[in-house]
Amino acid sequence: VLANDAVEQVIRGPLPFRRLELGQPYVFERVTVPLRAMDAAALERLSRQGQLYLSLAEMLAIRDYYRQLGRDPTDVELETLAQTWSEHCSHKTLAGPILYRDPAGQRQFENMLRETIFAATEEIRRRLGPDDWCVSVFRDNAGVVRFDDQYHVAFKVETHNHPSALEPYGGANTGLGGVIRDPLGTGLGAKPVANTDVFCFAPPDTPADAIPPGVLHPRRIMRGVVAGVRDYGNRMGIPTVNGALYFDPRYLGNPLVYCGNVGLLPCDKAHKEPRPGDLVVVVGGRTGRDGIHGATFSSAELTHQSETVSGGAVQIGNAITEKMLVDVLLEARDRGLYHAITDCGAGGLSSAVGEMGQHLGAEVALDLVPLKYEGLSYTEIWISEAQERMVLAVPPEKWPELQALCASEGVEATAIGTFVPTGRLVLTYQGHQVGDLAMEFLHHGRPRILRQAVFFPPPAEPLVPPDRGDYTEVLKAILGSLNVASKEWVIRQYDHEVQAGSVVKPLVGVANDGPSDAAVLRPVLGSCRGLVLACGMNPRYGDLDPYWMAASAIDEAVRNCVAVGADPKRIALLDNFCWGNTDRPETLGTLVRAALACHDVAIELGTPFISGKDSLNNEFRPPDGPPIAIPPSLLISALGQVADVHRCVTMDFKQAGNLVYLVGLTRNEMGGSHFALVEGLSGGQVPKVDAGLARQVFAAMHEAIQSGLVRACHDLSEGGLAVAAAEMAFAGGLGARLDLQQVPAEPDARHPAVRLFSESNTRFLCEVAPAQAAAFEAVFRGLPCACLGQVTETPWLEIGTPRPLVHAEVAALKEAWQRPLRWQAT
Amino acid sequence: MARPRVLILRAPGTNCDVETAYAFELAGAVAQRLHINRLLENPGLLADFQVFCIPGGFSFGDDVAAGRILASLLQHHLAAELAEFKSRDKLILGICNGFQVLLKAGVLVEPDAHGPLATLTWNDSGRYEDRWVRLRVAAPGCVFLRGLESLYLPVAHAEGKFVTRDPAALGYLESAGRLVLRYCGPDPGQPAPYPDNPNGSWADTAGVCDATGRVLGLMPHPERHVHRTHHPRWTRGEGSEPGDGLLVFRNAVEYFAG
Repeated sequence: VLANDAVEQVIRGPLPFRRLELGQPYVFERVTVPLRAMDAAALERLSRQGQLYLSLAEMLAIRDYYRQLGRDPTDVELETLAQTWSEHCSHKTLAGPILYRDPAGQRQFENMLRETIFAATEEIRRRLGPDDWCVSVFRDNAGVVRFDDQYHVAFKVETHNHPSALEPYGGANTGLGGVIRDPLGTGLGAKPVANTDVFCFAPPDTPADAIPPGVLHPRRIMRGVVAGVRDYGNRMGIPTVNGALYFDPRYLGNPLVYCGNVGLLPCDKAHKEPRPGDLVVVVGGRTGRDGIHGATFSSAELTHQSETVSGGAVQIGNAITEKMLVDVLLEARDRGLYHAITDCGAGGLSSAVGEMGQHLGAEVALDLVPLKYEGLSYTEIWISEAQERMVLAVPPEKWPELQALCASEGVEATAIGTFVPTGRLVLTYQGHQVGDLAMEFLHHGRPRILRQAVFFPPPAEPLVPPDRGDYTEVLKAILGSLNVASKEWVIRQYDHEVQAGSVVKPLVGVANDGPSDAAVLRPVLGSCRGLVLACGMNPRYGDLDPYWMAASAIDEAVRNCVAVGADPKRIALLDNFCWGNTDRPETLGTLVRAALACHDVAIELGTPFISGKDSLNNEFRPPDGPPIAIPPSLLISALGQVADVHRCVTMDFKQAGNLVYLVGLTRNEMGGSHFALVEGLSGGQVPKVDAGLARQVFAAMHEAIQSGLVRACHDLSEGGLAVAAAEMAFAGGLGARLDLQQVPAEPDARHPAVRLFSESNTRFLCEVAPAQAAAFEAVFRGLPCACLGQVTETPWLEIGTPRPLVHAEVAALKEAWQRPLRWQAT
Repeated sequence: MARPRVLILRAPGTNCDVETAYAFELAGAVAQRLHINRLLENPGLLADFQVFCIPGGFSFGDDVAAGRILASLLQHHLAAELAEFKSRDKLILGICNGFQVLLKAGVLVEPDAHGPLATLTWNDSGRYEDRWVRLRVAAPGCVFLRGLESLYLPVAHAEGKFVTRDPAALGYLESAGRLVLRYCGPDPGQPAPYPDNPNGSWADTAGVCDATGRVLGLMPHPERHVHRTHHPRWTRGEGSEPGDGLLVFRNAVEYFAG
C-alpha cells in the first residue's frame, strides 16, 4: 500500500469515525476563458495546466476561431473541443497526414489509416462483390460482419493502459466495462456474448529496487488487472474466452491492458440514426466526479506525478449497474423504443452527444443530468467519464414506454435534451446558456498537422545458434519462459462458460489444462454455427522489423483460428496499435511500417480489418532519466466462424499410433525468437510471411479439418516445432517420436536448433490417423507437408533421429511449463 | 404429456437465466424468465408455475454475501407464497447463486432455534474458479437426481464452500440423506482432495436437498452441459448427447408426467 501515493496514512487497529466530509453544493458561475488575448506561451501553459493536452497549433486554431466570433470561449466549450480533438477520440495522428520515408523511398499519406488498413478492407470487399460479408466497418463503435440469417456479430477491442498503470484493479475493471458498451452501442445494440483480454506487463520477478518512483510493482499490477477484468466480466455474465499475456521489461511504467467484446446483433438492428425532435436520454449510472479528463490524460505521457495529477481520471466501475442496463436496453431495442444508441466512453457526454448529434445538432440542459452527489460544475457533468451510461435518441412518443420499462427494473433514465437540426451543440445550466458550438468546427475545425515518419532498419546481424548435443534444457527454458508458460492461474479465474455456448475452451486436453489455440463458442443456443476467437502479437519481432512483426501477428491470429476449424474465408480482424511517443519520427515510422504490412497481408489473405483502435504515448518518464517507451505492440484479434462446431478440433494428442505431420515451411528465422531470448542471443532473421503460400495452406488445412482427417492440430508460434510438440504431448498425456530430418525446410535451415525452434510463420503440427494419412497428404499435395513421426503410448517426447536432440518425460515438460505462473493466491 | 411451467427468477445481476430457460425448454418444459420486481408486485404469480428456479449469477452484486439480498427479499416478502408452493407438490431448484439464495433464505435447510444450520462461504483457494468436477449422487430421494449415479459438470464460483454450524449439523444432514450430491475423484468411494473438491466443501458437498426431496440447491451448473460439445473433452470422444446436465432438467419435467 505504501507504494501508492493515494495512501496517505496507515493506521493499525480500529479506525475512529470523527467526522464526515460532505460535498458542497455547486453554486453556478459561468466561466469564460480569456483566450483571445493569449499569446503562444500562455496558450501552451493553459493547455498543459488545464489538462487539455492540445498542441500549440490546435490552441492557436481555437483562439483564432474565437477571435473571428468576437468572443471568448466558456470553459465547457474549450473542454468539449479538447475531448473531441484528443488523440483518444479523434485519432488525429494515424488518421492525419504523414510523410513517411524509408530506404525504399518516401510516401505522403493524407490519412494514413484510410490509405492502409481501411483501403485493404475496401479492396477485399470489392473483390468479394455480392459475397461481401462485412456489414459496418470503421464507422460504428464496433466492426460488424454477417454471422447467419438472423444475426450479425460486432467486435471491438479497446485499451485502458494509463488508468491501469495508476490503479490496476479499477483501470482494468472499467476497461472491460467500457469495451462491453461498444458492441452495446453499435447499431441499435448488440448483446454481449464473449470477452477477450490481452495484457502486457514487466516480468513479475522484477526486483523491488528496480522500480522507479510512481510505478507499481508489475506483480501487483498483474494481480490487480486480472482481478479487475475478472470481477467485471464474471458479474456481467459474459464468458472471457480468449487472451494472452506478454512480458517485457519495457512495460514497467506503462503496462498494456487490451479488453475486447463480441456482441450478437439482429440483422435488422445494424443501423441507427437520430432524428430531429428525438430526446437525448441518458440511461444507466449516475454522473460523478470520476473519470474527469480521462480522454485527454490517456493521450499524455505518464510520469511519477501522474498518480497525483490524474488520479481522478480513473473511473469507478459497477458491473451490476451495467448488467441491469444491458437487460433493459435489449428489451427496449426489441420493442423499437429508440432511434440511436451510443456509449458514454472517453469524453463522457461531450463525446457521446457530440458524436450522435454530429450531423444534426443538439441542445442539452446539464442541470437535468442525475448526479451521484452534489457539487459538480456544469463542465464536470459534461466531461465526466462516470461508467455504465449510454445515450439514446428517443422519439417523444416512445419516451413514456421507455421510462416505464427502465423503472420496472430499477434503471434510471433521464431526458436531458433534444436533437435539433441546427448544426449546433447548445449547452445550458439552470436556464443559462453555457456553451454554443458549431458541430462543423467541433468535428472538422481541427488543424491538420503533417507529421514526419522515418524507418531505417537496424543493421543486419547474424544469429548463429550454439551447437548442443542436447536441446532438452533449452526446450524446458522456453516452456518456462513467461510468454509461453501456462496461464491457467488467470484463465480459471474467468468464467469462460457462462451463457452455455462453450465448444472449445481455453484449456483443453486429457486433464483440461493444455493451451488451446483459439476459443470456439455457439452464440445462438440451439444452433451449431460457431464463433472463433484468437489473437496474435509478438512485440519481440518489432525490434527487428515492425513490418514483419505485423505480418506475423496477422498470420498467427489467422492460423490460430484455422487450427481449431475456422473457415479462412470468413475471418475478420481488429488492429490495436499501442506505441510510444509518435512525435518522434522514428517511432511513428515503425507504426506506419506496421500499418503497411496490415494492408498487404490482409488483402492477400482475404481477411478484412473491421475496426481498430490506437493508443499512443505509452511511455513512462522517471523523475531522473529518459522516458521508457514500450516496444511497438500491435495486437491483432481475429473473429472466425465455423459452419458446424462438431467439426472443430483441439490441440491435444488423442491416440498412440497416430501420425504426426508438419505443415508449412521452416526457414532460418531465429530473430526475435524465444530460443534467442533464453539463449541470450540477438540478431537473426525476423520471421516473414509468404502470404500467397499462407492463403493456400490455410485453405488446405480447413479442407482437411472439415473432411475429418485431423485428430489434433496446433499452430507453431513461440518456441517453434519443439514447443508445439511438447504442448500437444502433455495436453494429451501421450508421447511422440519425431524425426527432424523430415522437416520441410529451406536449404539454410539445416541446423537442428533452427528446425527445433525457428518461429517461421504459417506452420501447423497435425495428428492424423494412419487410415487417413493418404487422404491428408492428398489435400496438401504441392504444399510443404511431411510426416515427422508418430504419437506414442510411452509419455516421452523424443525429437531427432538417429540421436535424439530432445529427450524428456512429458510430465517434466509440463511441470516446466506450469510452474512459473502457478500462483497460489489471488 | 403436459409441459410443466417453470419460473426462472431474474434479479439485478442474475446472468444464467437465458441458458437455464433454454435447458428447461430442451427438457420439455415451458420456461418463463421473470424479474423479481414483478413477483414482489404480484406474489400470486408464483401459483401459476410448477417449478421455481433461481439461476446463477451475482444477484444484487452479491453485496453483503453471495445471494444474501435476494434471500432476504424471499424471506421477507414471499415466505408465505413459497411455503404454499412447497406444500403443493411442486419443485424448487437453485443453481450456484440460486443455491446460495435458497440456503440463506432457509428454504432448503430450515433453521433451528439457534439459527441456520449451514451456509456457503469462500472457497479455500480464496478466489473465483471455473473448472469441471465429477459428482456422485450420494443419497436417493431427490426428484432432480432420480436414476442418476454420477454427473460431470462445471463449477464457476468464489463462494461455494458448503459448511455447517458444527459437526453435529453435518451429521444430521448427512444421515437424513440431504447431502445428495458430492464432489468425487476417479474413485467415487474416496474423499475428494482439491481440485476434485474445488472449494473445500465439508463432506465434499456439492448439492443439498430439502426434507421432501423436491427442493435442490447445487453449486455446479447443469445448464452448461446439455450438449455433447459442452464436454471439455468431446474432441477426445468423451461425453454423450445429451449432456449430463440435461438429465437433471428432464427429471423435473418427468415428475409432472406421471
